[in-house]
Amino acid sequence: MVNVDTLTDKIPTGIEGFEHITYGGLTTGKTSLVVGTSGTGKTMFAMEVLSKGVTIFNRPVVFVTLEEPSDDIKNNALKMGWDLDRYVTDKMLKVIDASPDPVPLEKTGDYDLSGLLTQIAHSVKEIKAEVVIMDSIGSLFYQFRDVGLIRREIFRIVATLKDLGVTTILTAERTQEYGPVSKHGVEEFITDNVIILRNVLEEEKCRRTIQILKMRGALHSKGEFPFTMSRTGIHIIPLSAAELKQTSSNIRVSSGNNDLDEMTGGGFFRDAIVLVSGPTGSGKTLMSATFTGAACENKEKVLLLAYEESREQLLRNAMSWGENFQNYENEELMKIICVYPEAMGLEDHLLMIRTEIEKFKPDRLVIDSVSALERIATVKNFREFVIGLTSFVKEENICSLLTSTTPRLSGGDSVTEQHISTITDIIILLRYVEINGVLRRGISVIKMRGSQHDKQIREFSIDTGGLHIAEPFKNIQNIVLGIPSQSAPSESEQLGEMFKK
Amino acid sequence: MSKFALKLYITGKTSKSERAINNLKNICDEELGGQYEMKVIDVLERPQLAEDEKILATPTLIKELPPPLRRIIGDLSDKEKVLLGLDLQPYIKPPQKKGGE
Repeated sequence: MVNVDTLTDKIPTGIEGFEHITYGGLTTGKTSLVVGTSGTGKTMFAMEVLSKGVTIFNRPVVFVTLEEPSDDIKNNALKMGWDLDRYVTDKMLKVIDASPDPVPLEKTGDYDLSGLLTQIAHSVKEIKAEVVIMDSIGSLFYQFRDVGLIRREIFRIVATLKDLGVTTILTAERTQEYGPVSKHGVEEFITDNVIILRNVLEEEKCRRTIQILKMRGALHSKGEFPFTMSRTGIHIIPLSAAELKQTSSNIRVSSGNNDLDEMTGGGFFRDAIVLVSGPTGSGKTLMSATFTGAACENKEKVLLLAYEESREQLLRNAMSWGENFQNYENEELMKIICVYPEAMGLEDHLLMIRTEIEKFKPDRLVIDSVSALERIATVKNFREFVIGLTSFVKEENICSLLTSTTPRLSGGDSVTEQHISTITDIIILLRYVEINGVLRRGISVIKMRGSQHDKQIREFSIDTGGLHIAEPFKNIQNIVLGIPSQSAPSESEQLGEMFKK
Repeated sequence: MSKFALKLYITGKTSKSERAINNLKNICDEELGGQYEMKVIDVLERPQLAEDEKILATPTLIKELPPPLRRIIGDLSDKEKVLLGLDLQPYIKPPQKKGGE
């Protein structure tokens, strides 16, 4: 029997999501090359592997800084809360400062990098290091300007480290986001693992991604994964690796409206993702407010993310429907976050939502509206965000209500619908219906996973008491398509009407 | 002439190391007239010293005195460059000379 796990030993890095996309981490005793253009987070990656290795996995590390002086490295690490000096005192870290010397170098014949190699080998033995990190080897080419020789010497260092059985991480620069792997062609001989970090400008937003280009003899996820950097380090968002392993619940929660509960066959399932789609002004925000109110009355915690309205607007509007959000917030049953979609990249939005969920531990999540986020990203990026978000809230068993604004008054699909309709459990459509020159509102449950639901399109109205659902529309066709037309009443109805009078 | 303090860092007793030691001795005897103090340090035996002095390449010659501090790497086979590196210019090249020697 072939078991992948026993074929290759891997060491965890401690970087969020990295173990997920590499199925366990970096291959033990092998060399990994981390490449990226300037500012892609190579040093951050290296520093996090170092710090998490020391603090979480109790793994001694030798860090060779070839670019920045060791004092700068230590100061930067301290800003992230990583106290390198303490690791050094604890004999868990050895920093070798091989940054360029201000004293000019004169070359007078044959030389090699045995001095550096000796220092590294000595340090590895001294603290019994399991990991050696060199950041970044490109600097050696600038210091010595002898490409052939430096390549040979890097190869010799890598080979020596392999003999010592340590796991090596090298970082190197590249000049283009999509092009040759590294500037000096070092990947040709450092053949075990190649990891590419990117920072691409898309739709005026920087989008960071990580790609495992190769991992010799070991399984890994392919393609680019978005990541973001925060005060606590790198967070990789493993989207395509998300598993459909969520459990499902039979417990129902109220939507906050009795009629709607009836339409959905008894309310939403507790772990459901509900998409409310409709044109502007059709009652989406109202629906999220009633949903929130019902939860809070039930002493469930709600996290509300508003991307279209300010906090004051939101509180005022909710008040006009009889929901006092301020009270719920005071009781710590509710947390409102209002943020402009443009405030940050989608990855950061996702990270922020996840951090808030982990902190606040809500039972329900409301996002009004998720389609507002469409405008800050490419379609692909948005899809990744939605999948990442929904798979996370499903895992956390949070009943979520997402609203989506349709591009036209008559309805139609927005990007949101196209991408998340398959992931959602319940879809509620809100539509305007024009009858005899009057705009009326229609509501319909078009999808309800695991339950019977009302298939009719009902009329609803909004007043100070909130949402009221009335009788189904009769003799109107194509409401969902946005082109309602009147049809002749059936014969039996006509006869019935006749005798009523 | 002030006294020279020189340190030569080598890695093991390789032919490169031997060459560097011999070249340095010859240059010092010919140009410094015995006014020097020379120390040879094998980083394999004293790795801590390599760390303190940030020795990456070997052989590395460090001129500690007289100031300024100078670092010269290589086996010191290019005598002219060594002298330049030590701030010693015993003879001035004819300025119009171009090409190889």
